[in-house]
Amino acid sequence: MLGGWDIAFLLLQLWVSIVAGLILLPAMFGVSLGFTDIYIKGLLKTLEWATLRIQRGQKEKPNVPQQLANGIIEKEDSPTSMEEEIGELRRSHPKNLAEGNFTLCDAFYFCKKGIENIVEDQVTQRFSSEELASWNLLTRTNNNFRYISVRLTIIWGLGVFIRYCVLLPLRITLAVIGLSWLVTGTTLVGLLPGCRMKNWLSDLVHITCYRICARGLSATIHYHNKENRPKKGGICVANHTSPIDIVILANDGCYAMVGQIHGGLMGVIQRSMVRSCPHVWFERSEMKDRHAVAKRLQDHIADKTKLPILIFPEGTCINNTSVMMFKKGSFEIGGTIYPVAIKYDPRFGDAFWNSAKYNMVSYILRMMTSWAIVCNVWYLPPMTLQDGEDAVHFANRVKSAIANQGGLVDLSWDGGLKREKVKESFKEEQQKMYSSMIVGLDCHETSVGPA
Amino acid sequence: MGSRASSLLREEDIEEIKKETGFSHSQITRLYSRFHSLDKGENGALSREDFQRIPELAINPLGDRIINAFFPEGEDQVNFRGFMRTLAHFRPVEDNEKNKDGATGEPLNSRTNKLLFAFRLYDLDRDDKISRDELLQVLRMMVGVNISDEQLGSIADRTIQEADTNGDMCISFNEFTKAHGKRVMLQTWQCNVTKLK
Repeated sequence: MLGGWDIAFLLLQLWVSIVAGLILLPAMFGVSLGFTDIYIKGLLKTLEWATLRIQRGQKEKPNVPQQLANGIIEKEDSPTSMEEEIGELRRSHPKNLAEGNFTLCDAFYFCKKGIENIVEDQVTQRFSSEELASWNLLTRTNNNFRYISVRLTIIWGLGVFIRYCVLLPLRITLAVIGLSWLVTGTTLVGLLPGCRMKNWLSDLVHITCYRICARGLSATIHYHNKENRPKKGGICVANHTSPIDIVILANDGCYAMVGQIHGGLMGVIQRSMVRSCPHVWFERSEMKDRHAVAKRLQDHIADKTKLPILIFPEGTCINNTSVMMFKKGSFEIGGTIYPVAIKYDPRFGDAFWNSAKYNMVSYILRMMTSWAIVCNVWYLPPMTLQDGEDAVHFANRVKSAIANQGGLVDLSWDGGLKREKVKESFKEEQQKMYSSMIVGLDCHETSVGPA
Repeated sequence: MGSRASSLLREEDIEEIKKETGFSHSQITRLYSRFHSLDKGENGALSREDFQRIPELAINPLGDRIINAFFPEGEDQVNFRGFMRTLAHFRPVEDNEKNKDGATGEPLNSRTNKLLFAFRLYDLDRDDKISRDELLQVLRMMVGVNISDEQLGSIADRTIQEADTNGDMCISFNEFTKAHGKRVMLQTWQCNVTKLK
């Protein structure tokens, strides 16, 4: 006769062996048993059905507002410059004006631009989650979808149950196992003397841990162009959407991380990681000194036995619809840059970390209660600074390459605008451009900043 | 499964705004989402700082004037109704609207109201005249430090000379309207705010 505790213990053993056998071990060896693939396929079919159902529902009830994929303002295909638009305004003026005069209607150009920006602008929308064209059965992405049908509600309810009661505990278990494995594994490896064996073991520990964590997020990652994978002594740069980017990239290679030392759990992880292989962690005070930072990075990449550095030059999380300005610091160091583009599929879960709205814990919980994380990673061919090119131009070149590959909008606006005000100098540039139009100044400069 | 932002907007309000501004139901809910996302303080009204947070507007030389146009005299908060009322000026004039009778007064996006909006960009003290000083102020905003006072002054004088027909050295609303002709308004003054599908 088995008592209650015995049964509970047996169940626990069963649970652990299932997790270990079916998930952990295959994950560590990089083998896929195919469960995730089946899950994703099933999910896709369900979402497609849901989309059709919603569209049908909307046709029947015309008052229900529809989602917009393309924004509020209908724009013409080719963007126009200040000169062209003011020229347009003046062409319909009754009097024939020579170039380089002022008319009262010039103000309309600025007014129209201003109103358009109030209705919809290119920057502020990047700091909040992307709007989906169709609902993906997660409550959190539900902006405008009203009650459509019973079946849809049932599926949604089923989804909630599966996500919160089945997937969430499983994922949390995996994450805990993964992180504890990272800490203990790296500490153990750190006890070894420096040698080739140590590096190999360190890589093994890191990769297996990241693979477990990836399973813990039900992450399906497609890597493209693996021949361009970052090599030792190089710098890997990627667009930044969330802290999960690190897990995504580190599933396929080992990198040296760069960042600020934190306290708490993060600090523990950081300190143990650096015991087994050299990462570049800075104290908060050191971060302010740009030369010291550059020097340390330079020293790191000069040593060809060290792992490639992973840097996110945007400096902050952007919502994966665009790539914002790359800070030039990483591009001045002089190493070979290996650009990587990461694009998440928003149907399965919103990977963007809106740090203003959610702290790290709630963010991780949201990730673990999404359907899955599905993303594409493209390794781009390495780039180096060309003769006569300055760091800013180089950074923009890399940024365009990444934006192009990932299908993201290439913006020159600074991600720091999330928290800070825009610099006055951009307004002054606009004023200068306009002045040169009305007075016909000889120094006719094109705008350097965002136009 | 209701939405978050537009659940704060009641159907009656939407109907009233529809009558007043001519925007459609979906356009109003869409613009309400935008209003809500700009409203960082979440108090149902926008302040000037909320507008200034839009980078492209902050670098617009006439940004402050445009923002000002949203705020009624002496107030520094604008609610959604006021927001929509101002935006309504920029709704394109549709052909079938030209035949509406003026029972409720002119629609907000009529040609006259559009011109009045533009006029008020210059006429800050609302005395229905653009004086030389007011014109200089706006010019200075648009050119920054790149043009000298004398040159700016002569540009202002010339502009007033061209438009002023009654010799009072100011541009009145009628003179303003005449100076810019019919075609300018209809072709270029439309921000295609609302070609929603």
